[in-house]
Amino acid sequence: MLEIKNLHARIAEDETEILRGIDLTINAGEVHAIMGPNGSGKSTLSYILAGKDDYEVTEGEILFNGENLLEMEPDERAAAGLFLAFQYPIEIPGVATMEFLKTAMNAQRKARGEDTLSIPDFMKRVKEAAGHLNVSMDMLKRPLNVGFSGGEKKRAEILQMSLLEPKLCVLDETDSGLDIDALKIVSEGVNKLRGPDRAMVVITHYQRLLDHIVPDVVHVLSKGRIVKTGDKDLALELEKNGYADYIDTAA
Amino acid sequence: MNASAPIKHTQAESDLLERFDRAKDGLAGSVAVKALRDAALGQIRDRGLPHRRVEEYKYSDLRAYMKSAAPLAGAADEAEATSLIETQDGFGDIDRYRIVVANGSFLAGLSDVEALASEGVTLTSVAEALAGETGTQLVASPKSGLTDGVVALNTAFLQGGVVITVKSGVEVSKPVELVQVATAKGAQAVRNRVELGEGAKLRLLETFAGDTGEGELNTVFDYDIADKAALAATRLIVGKTDAAQLFTTIATLGAEAELKSLGFIAGPQFTRNQQFINFTGENSEAKIYGVTMAGGKSLADQTLIVDHVVPNCNSREFFKTVLDGEAKGVYQGRINVAQHAQKTDGEMMTQALLLSEDAEMANKPELEIFADDVLCAHGATSGQIDEDLLFYLRARGIPEDEAKTLLVLAFLSEAIEEYGEDDVTEGLEARVRDWLADH
Ligand SMILES: Nc1ncnc2c1ncn2[C@@H]1O[C@H](COP(=O)(O)OP(=O)(O)OP(=O)(O)O)[C@@H](O)[C@H]1O
Ligand SMILES: [Mg+2]
Repeated sequence: MLEIKNLHARIAEDETEILRGIDLTINAGEVHAIMGPNGSGKSTLSYILAGKDDYEVTEGEILFNGENLLEMEPDERAAAGLFLAFQYPIEIPGVATMEFLKTAMNAQRKARGEDTLSIPDFMKRVKEAAGHLNVSMDMLKRPLNVGFSGGEKKRAEILQMSLLEPKLCVLDETDSGLDIDALKIVSEGVNKLRGPDRAMVVITHYQRLLDHIVPDVVHVLSKGRIVKTGDKDLALELEKNGYADYIDTAA
Repeated sequence: MNASAPIKHTQAESDLLERFDRAKDGLAGSVAVKALRDAALGQIRDRGLPHRRVEEYKYSDLRAYMKSAAPLAGAADEAEATSLIETQDGFGDIDRYRIVVANGSFLAGLSDVEALASEGVTLTSVAEALAGETGTQLVASPKSGLTDGVVALNTAFLQGGVVITVKSGVEVSKPVELVQVATAKGAQAVRNRVELGEGAKLRLLETFAGDTGEGELNTVFDYDIADKAALAATRLIVGKTDAAQLFTTIATLGAEAELKSLGFIAGPQFTRNQQFINFTGENSEAKIYGVTMAGGKSLADQTLIVDHVVPNCNSREFFKTVLDGEAKGVYQGRINVAQHAQKTDGEMMTQALLLSEDAEMANKPELEIFADDVLCAHGATSGQIDEDLLFYLRARGIPEDEAKTLLVLAFLSEAIEEYGEDDVTEGLEARVRDWLADH
């Protein structure tokens, strides 16, 4: 589903290199976890996947279901099935959450040549997904993310993800800021989306999330490179020993 | 400025002098009114049209903009007026009364005279009133704005308009639309007076239909709001026209009175919407909103002077501007608080969103405070669309144009929603969308 080949990227503004040759292949049905120290480039990778233009790819390529992802606009990527749950979801004053959800869902449907949703159908889907994720209708009446608590923002991201039904879900530290119960609810929401046609990239610092969302593959990213790949036990080992063993190899 | 120093007239100014010579005998008014017209024209003759060296017109040089001045529009065709009103309806399906002023004259035949009368609202033709004993009051009574160049131009050529009088205690059940129509090309000079008796309440919708060609549209509204009365006025200045759109509000508020207004500008090449607000009684409130959209090489100017001369009054000014292309936006707002106007609460905010590199906003909020016990604040911001917000929306599959529309709408809606006349909100937001679809 996703093939990243020798990806080098830098910050467009000051040309600082952040990613220094990433190779990563993710097949449909798989869940990959990416762990790594602060500042190693995890969010940068997720932003580049989503199409943020603060970064410049200097080398390498990304294929998404065989298509050249780097040539697509952010909205085209979303319509093609890529979803990024942001590490820091932003507040958008004046844009009503429901209006936003409807616009996003219908824009993607339109891009794929599907019919727009009827209002009752849309409402039904939102109510159902919100129910599962314990997101109150009261929250949905507010402007997008405005005044949401940290945990509420994360749940709202997963709500969007459930409604948009993407093929590739990239979760950037969705667990941070969630209380213990919310972590369970959100993980259940994510697990419900797991399936043979869908792949996931779960960026996290904590093994705890991976107890709920059990990964097939775990990668360690350090200084813009994947320095170690293993199975779910790698996460356990990291939890115990930290990154010291791997950071050295990358230096 | 030395008023007697001869100036070299522009083409437009020469046209105006000639227009006056040809039109003056036919223009309505008593001898006294004619003298006021002469004086007003004298101001134009001596000082010219308002231009950038006049402080209030620093950013909006009407003299440079007007290349020529078309003759005044002739009498209106009623059938044409009716069809224009129907096809260019400014407010969709809001249930309302209607008053029509076409080609500068009040048309009783197309206005809801009887229905309004039954609610306690009387309509009088300004042209007729000018000929009568109270004619000069119509032109000279407002407390401010009289020396303004645009008002002088209006006075000199004033064709007519309507006086809307709402009886004391009457709360008009439906909004009243005052639609100005142009059934023929030509300049229009209109003055409308809205008199609210004590405790009266009125919601006014001010719209325009038709095309004045190259002739400037100059309309003065004189709101006289008695004690405990309340007026909400929504002004639409829309449409693609090269004709200068000149609007003036002169408002006088009694005690415990309320004025709420929204000036909505989208489309014309040159717009000046200026307001003079005067508090003459205590415990009154004025909430003045502005929503401006300008693109291409157009200029849109919202200018406001609020005079707090009595204690205990509140004013709120909230203006939003969106600019594209090489457009220029102007906000000049001044709150004057006289020495004895203690406990004045004034809060002024102007915010601009620039959609292009070449658009330009002149923000000039000012406070002039001589009282010591007041709460006054002002702020001004100007910036581009937040790229992070745009990216977030696009990352959810919303194409760039649509995402921008959402963000611009969100930006402007803050003012529309705070204005809070719910029945016009939807129509105004639809106009914002239309404007964006065009830009
Ligand atoms: N737009 C930007 N401008 C300047 N520096 C940036 C920008 N984006 C990323 N960086 C820098 O690039 C490096 C990688 O950042 P990134 O956010 O990808 O790290 P991360 O692995 O997600 O870290 P964390 O675990 O703390 O979330 C950091 O040093 C960061 O400061
Ligand atoms: Mg990060």
